[in-house]
Amino acid sequence: MEFFSHQTNFRFMATRKVWFALSIVLMIASLALLATRGLNWAVDFTGGVTAQASFPQSADLSTVRSQLAAAGFHDAVVTYVGSARVVSIRLPPERDQTSTELSGRIEHALQKVNPGATVSSLSVVGPQVGSELKHSAMWALAFTLLFIFLYIAWRFHTWRLSLGAILAVVHDPILVLGFFALSHISFDLNVVAAVLAVIGYSLNDTVVVFDRIRERFEGNRRLAPEVVLDQAINQTLSRTIMTKVVTSIVVVALLVLGGPVLRGFSAALLIGILAGTYSSIYISSAIALQCGLTAEHIFPTVRKTAVDHLP
Amino acid sequence: MLEYPRWKYILIVVVLLVALLFALPNVFGQAPALQLVHADHTPVTAAEARSVSAYLKKQKIPFTGTYLQNGRLIVRFADESAQFRAQDAIDGKFKKEYLSALTLVPRTPAWLRDLGLKPMPLGLDLSGGLELLYQVDTHSAVKQLVRMYTQDAAHALAAANVPVRSITDVATGGGDLPNTVRITLGPKADAKKAAAALAHSLQGLSVSSSTGSSGTVLSATVSSAMINQRENYAIEQAITILRNRVNALGVSEPIVQRQGNDRIDVQLPGVENMAEVKHLLGQTAMLEFHLNDTENSPYQAEQTGNVPLGDKLYTNTPDGQPILLKREVIATGDQLTGATVSEGPQGPQVNVTLDSRAGENMLRTTKENVGKAMGVVLITKRVVTREVDGKKVSHVVTTEKVINDATIDGVFSNQFMITGLTLGGAQDLAILLRSGSFLTPISLVGQSVIGPSLGAENIKMGIGALVLGMAGVLIFMFVYYKVFGLVADAVLVSNVVLLTALLSMMHASLSLPGIAGIILTVGIAVDANVLIYERIREELRKGVSPQAAIRAGFDKAFSAILDSNVTTGIAGLVLWIFGTGAIRGFAVVLTLGIGTSMFTSLMGSRALVTLMYGGRRKLARLHI
Repeated sequence: MEFFSHQTNFRFMATRKVWFALSIVLMIASLALLATRGLNWAVDFTGGVTAQASFPQSADLSTVRSQLAAAGFHDAVVTYVGSARVVSIRLPPERDQTSTELSGRIEHALQKVNPGATVSSLSVVGPQVGSELKHSAMWALAFTLLFIFLYIAWRFHTWRLSLGAILAVVHDPILVLGFFALSHISFDLNVVAAVLAVIGYSLNDTVVVFDRIRERFEGNRRLAPEVVLDQAINQTLSRTIMTKVVTSIVVVALLVLGGPVLRGFSAALLIGILAGTYSSIYISSAIALQCGLTAEHIFPTVRKTAVDHLP
Repeated sequence: MLEYPRWKYILIVVVLLVALLFALPNVFGQAPALQLVHADHTPVTAAEARSVSAYLKKQKIPFTGTYLQNGRLIVRFADESAQFRAQDAIDGKFKKEYLSALTLVPRTPAWLRDLGLKPMPLGLDLSGGLELLYQVDTHSAVKQLVRMYTQDAAHALAAANVPVRSITDVATGGGDLPNTVRITLGPKADAKKAAAALAHSLQGLSVSSSTGSSGTVLSATVSSAMINQRENYAIEQAITILRNRVNALGVSEPIVQRQGNDRIDVQLPGVENMAEVKHLLGQTAMLEFHLNDTENSPYQAEQTGNVPLGDKLYTNTPDGQPILLKREVIATGDQLTGATVSEGPQGPQVNVTLDSRAGENMLRTTKENVGKAMGVVLITKRVVTREVDGKKVSHVVTTEKVINDATIDGVFSNQFMITGLTLGGAQDLAILLRSGSFLTPISLVGQSVIGPSLGAENIKMGIGALVLGMAGVLIFMFVYYKVFGLVADAVLVSNVVLLTALLSMMHASLSLPGIAGIILTVGIAVDANVLIYERIREELRKGVSPQAAIRAGFDKAFSAILDSNVTTGIAGLVLWIFGTGAIRGFAVVLTLGIGTSMFTSLMGSRALVTLMYGGRRKLARLHI
């Protein structure tokens, strides 16, 4: 079986301005969503209480909320997890409460909704711990980007390719964050891990395409850069799609079967993989081309060797 | 003809065999068990183990095996009801000898266990349990250190008769944390004499002096290295204490580890919503000093059961003889500031230092009671889980034990020594005394409880996702690449085996994000194979001969595989360094997975393909 029985010859570069525009619109939309709507920071980062409770029958969220309010938990955020029988409850940080007391109070309130309700997990994060985690997450992001910049600069001798790769690398997580701002899926530590993995993955594709660009230029220094880039993308296209299909299979398995803990994580990965596929085809190479990439930038000794070979 | 060096084949086979062996313990699952330890932490002997199993046989309680591990006796059962019955029976018969705890142990066969091979321990999100995050107040540890230097300097100057205007601790390091002892000498003070007097007490500090209008000022600054050392010491000490207390709880496989700069993470698998547990771990006074009641006979009290008013009878003593102690507490463990072992004129001794309030109390008591005895009581508490009406109910059992009973030889206040001990006895006593209190305050900053049923559900979901994801990928690869797809499938499976083996070797605990990492690794390993196979197809399309295509495929794909794995590896490493808890688990799996997938895809896959196609002289076409 093959996706493309013959070598494809799509002219990706010809339409690059359309895709630039699309990317810019998506990125601006994502940033605007991040600025206005913001992320739904999980308790991991804000500090506070999360509990998961299960009911023997499906529970009505508004009843749950009102019973919790009656028990003194006024700012409880209550949502379903997976099914209508399992709810997640989020509370702002509580002072001087042990988890047992909290769990008991919550359970008591929920049993007024349904006597068979039980609290299956409870986690309390101090506000200071939360803000520190936020910091270390930011540092992790910054360091990942920095190291990847350094790696690209070292690996691809010209800034044109580096810039293309870097913009693609920035592009993908921004779209993922935009998705999280839009959907308001809880943004927890696992999602941060997924975003970092997306950065790694996104670059992975770009690097494979660049590797091929380098190879194509080596053999065909006289060809127009636009043609070489199109060739490189076309030649790696079936690999790009194949890898994405396979990775998506496992991520979808995680999304469907991994349960609520991994839902945000797998959603972030899925969005990131889609964005990464798109950006490695349309963004990274196209930017390098836009910056005037030619064979000489990758093989600076071209002219010298050409002269040497003259009689 | 394709060739591949023989040593590479051997290497691959050896690595895979070793990996299989290390990964094997993970497939057996867990069985309910009972863990027995001696209350004083001496190892359980084989003879004792035999007597326990003989007793269980006599009671007709079925068990599937017993073994000794790290001085603990583990008894395994087929089901939970046997486990509960056995605990009741053993607690009834061997109450004085053992602390028993319900636990789950791997069903690993004995020969694997004897080789020291263990499955990956499950993280709390999979096993269920209680996690507590403590913060150590390192600032107060540093303050204590600087204050100690300040006091020592004051004593030294007073002893040398140097007039002093003021001695204070000040912060000069830019923060509000004091790091400097500032001594303003009196107008007629001899600066040289002062420096000589201070030389001993301020050893290791950098001292500078300046003479101004207010007289000579000496500043002694504690170096940042010393501050670091002090902070580390405070954290290590807190970890030791927490570990001792956790061990005393009788919970199986607890984890107490440092997290970040000044945090301690305590994981108690299997423990549920226990307010008492937190209370026990965090509380300070677990040690009490009481006066002996020498006017009444402890034997009489033991026999008649009539304990004199204001007294308490202790039968759990070092020599087994009953002792009557006054109920009034002279000092408690949290007032103890130090306990060290040294060699004195009467043999090994423990030097005890109390804080000033306890010191005053001690002075008053010893003045009135020279020649009488004083007892030290250690209070330990542990969690016991029982089955009541089919439900697990946990409660706390308190044990009080007299660890030392010695005659008061003279009047003393906050510093005294306990003599008449063996060297080992002195060391044990010092550890016990120190474990009575945190020298530095700790506070609970985070906690989480995961019910056992949720843990079981998480395992089910994680394994389900792994199986489905793997199966999907394996089938898809076969359909898409045919024979080469089967090679890729073999590579993918061996990659998971290799990764599991590495994680088991490292004894890294497996969490849900860790399982996610394993699944993602499958995706990464596939990518390497896809790169190679697409390259082979390309070469075939160009009309290259099959064997040349295979060679070119592997060679040309190499740089792309390396580059793409390095980038993902960077993200994995950063997460490994910055992440904590479950995130670190994910990062560890991802980073190791990249390594194993490079090995299996580049070496394993090539070896297999060469083995299949390399020897054939005429190869018409490849099934790819």
